[in-house]
Amino acid sequence: MSSKAQKAMAHMDRRDLSWYVDRAVQILMFVGGISAIVFIIGIFVFISKEGFSFTFGRFDIVEFFTSMNWRPTSESRETYGAFALIVGTASITGMAMLIAIPFSLGAAIYIGEFATGKTRESLKVLVELLAAIPSVVWGFIGLTIMNGLIIQLFNVPIGLNVLNAGVILGLMAAPIMTTIAEDALKAVPDRYREAAEAMGATKWQVIVKVVIPASKNGLVSAVLLGIGRAFGETMAVLMASGHSINIPGSVFDSVRALTATIAAELGETAVGSDHYGALFTLGIFLFLITFIINLTADVMVRGIRNK
Amino acid sequence: MTMFAKTEHNVRCYATEKRWKALFLLMTALLILPVLVILTLLIVRGGPAISWEFLTAFPIKGMTEGGVFPALLGTIFLVSLALVFSVPLGIAAAIYLSEYAPDNVLTRIINLAIINLAGVPSIVHALFGLGAFVLFAGFGTSILAASLTLAIMTLPVVIIATKESLQSVPHAFREACWSMGATRWQTIRRIVLPNAVSGILTGVILEVSRTAGETAPIMFTGAAFFLPFLPESVYDQTMALSLHLFVVATQVPNVPEDLPYGVALLLIGLVLTMNALSIGFRIRLRNKKKW
Repeated sequence: MSSKAQKAMAHMDRRDLSWYVDRAVQILMFVGGISAIVFIIGIFVFISKEGFSFTFGRFDIVEFFTSMNWRPTSESRETYGAFALIVGTASITGMAMLIAIPFSLGAAIYIGEFATGKTRESLKVLVELLAAIPSVVWGFIGLTIMNGLIIQLFNVPIGLNVLNAGVILGLMAAPIMTTIAEDALKAVPDRYREAAEAMGATKWQVIVKVVIPASKNGLVSAVLLGIGRAFGETMAVLMASGHSINIPGSVFDSVRALTATIAAELGETAVGSDHYGALFTLGIFLFLITFIINLTADVMVRGIRNK
Repeated sequence: MTMFAKTEHNVRCYATEKRWKALFLLMTALLILPVLVILTLLIVRGGPAISWEFLTAFPIKGMTEGGVFPALLGTIFLVSLALVFSVPLGIAAAIYLSEYAPDNVLTRIINLAIINLAGVPSIVHALFGLGAFVLFAGFGTSILAASLTLAIMTLPVVIIATKESLQSVPHAFREACWSMGATRWQTIRRIVLPNAVSGILTGVILEVSRTAGETAPIMFTGAAFFLPFLPESVYDQTMALSLHLFVVATQVPNVPEDLPYGVALLLIGLVLTMNALSIGFRIRLRNKKKW
């Protein structure tokens, strides 16, 4: 390049102060952007680090998944069998989904497809308020109102059981499922509906034959995220489930959940002890399960978008 | 006219539709009904417990009498400090995702990380806070550690709300600004952010409401069951309203019956007021929007 051209180029160069500021800000925003990744990795690293000595020491995978003896404070021999806790969490989550899936999908279809104008807006606001009630308040409601209700209605000695925690968790998971399911329904283009209606289909036929099949993936991911929410809930489960180690024979049996075990016992353990490490190992287990659930939900939603 | 008369089949189809519509309406109502019942019950049973003294006095006699002042103040401290960390970070992340991020694998991973951050159980966040802030960073069980834990947990709320409000600013606004020779940052600062600020505020208020209600993440990182004095610095522990509800409902013997109802009402009142504020703000915003 001739020196003349270089001079001309230098003249064109507009890298003034605001150009550098722009660059600096871009880097700063990028750091903010990747912070979420840093935190997710950080969560995994730090929980693994605290659980490390247990996970690679005392931890016995067969005992963990098959034994129902969770006796971390036993004098003679501590055992860390999480089977009963896993069953407890699974039974409460299952109960919650039995309630939340039909109700939230029903509500999503009503709000998304039938309701219009002001009704629709107010229903959405009410669902949002349902989602805003804190977990500990739900737990308190389970402990007091639901407990009394179940004892009276079913004539059982204790009202803190799978049914109680399941209903509470169902109500907690329902708003998020309703919102995401409604978004999935809304993502179905209107021209699909119009085409079906032009063929003489009733609104119900349009919903069953066109809208639901077209939004199937979104609805499944709504259910998955609801399961994730119910699965990871802590305070409400701790307060409403009865918190006793049990393989439930009926919905009126008390159980103990994985999350609640950590919340109830972590305060009493010494840092670095086996018990402490065992609770962090439960944490790793919870983290991995929710990670898989969220990943699957995301892949399913992306599936519809790419179509 | 017989050509347009309803056939038996038509009648049946419309009847089916009506039945399903009624069923779904019933389901929606049954889902919403509990909120109203719960609110009513809390107001009826907890209302009498709430007084000026309840809000401004310390708990006394093993937390069976007196007020909730330190818990209320503690919640305000925790939420405020959490906002200091999460709002700038969340807004930066949202600006990156909305204004800079190319459509590539990294962006996809960031979005996935945000969804996961929101989906990780609160007790796992508590374990993380304990491992990272209390022990590793050496903050001890303190307001600082608890606020950081809360900030990371509620970060997705700010990011998602901010991203949405940034993306609702029409692209033409940016293009007009760029054609005037403005840099990306000048465009964001002078055009995009001013137009999105109320949407961002809506997200921040929502985050306040979420943060105030959380219990599990602060249990082992900075909130104490009972403290006879107020915290003096961010390295002190504090009481918090949400944990206080758990404590008086489950851990303390001989609590008069309306006390936990009062605490629950205060907590839910705080959270729902914030939420209603955020919703109202959003509706007003939508009606005001000129584009």
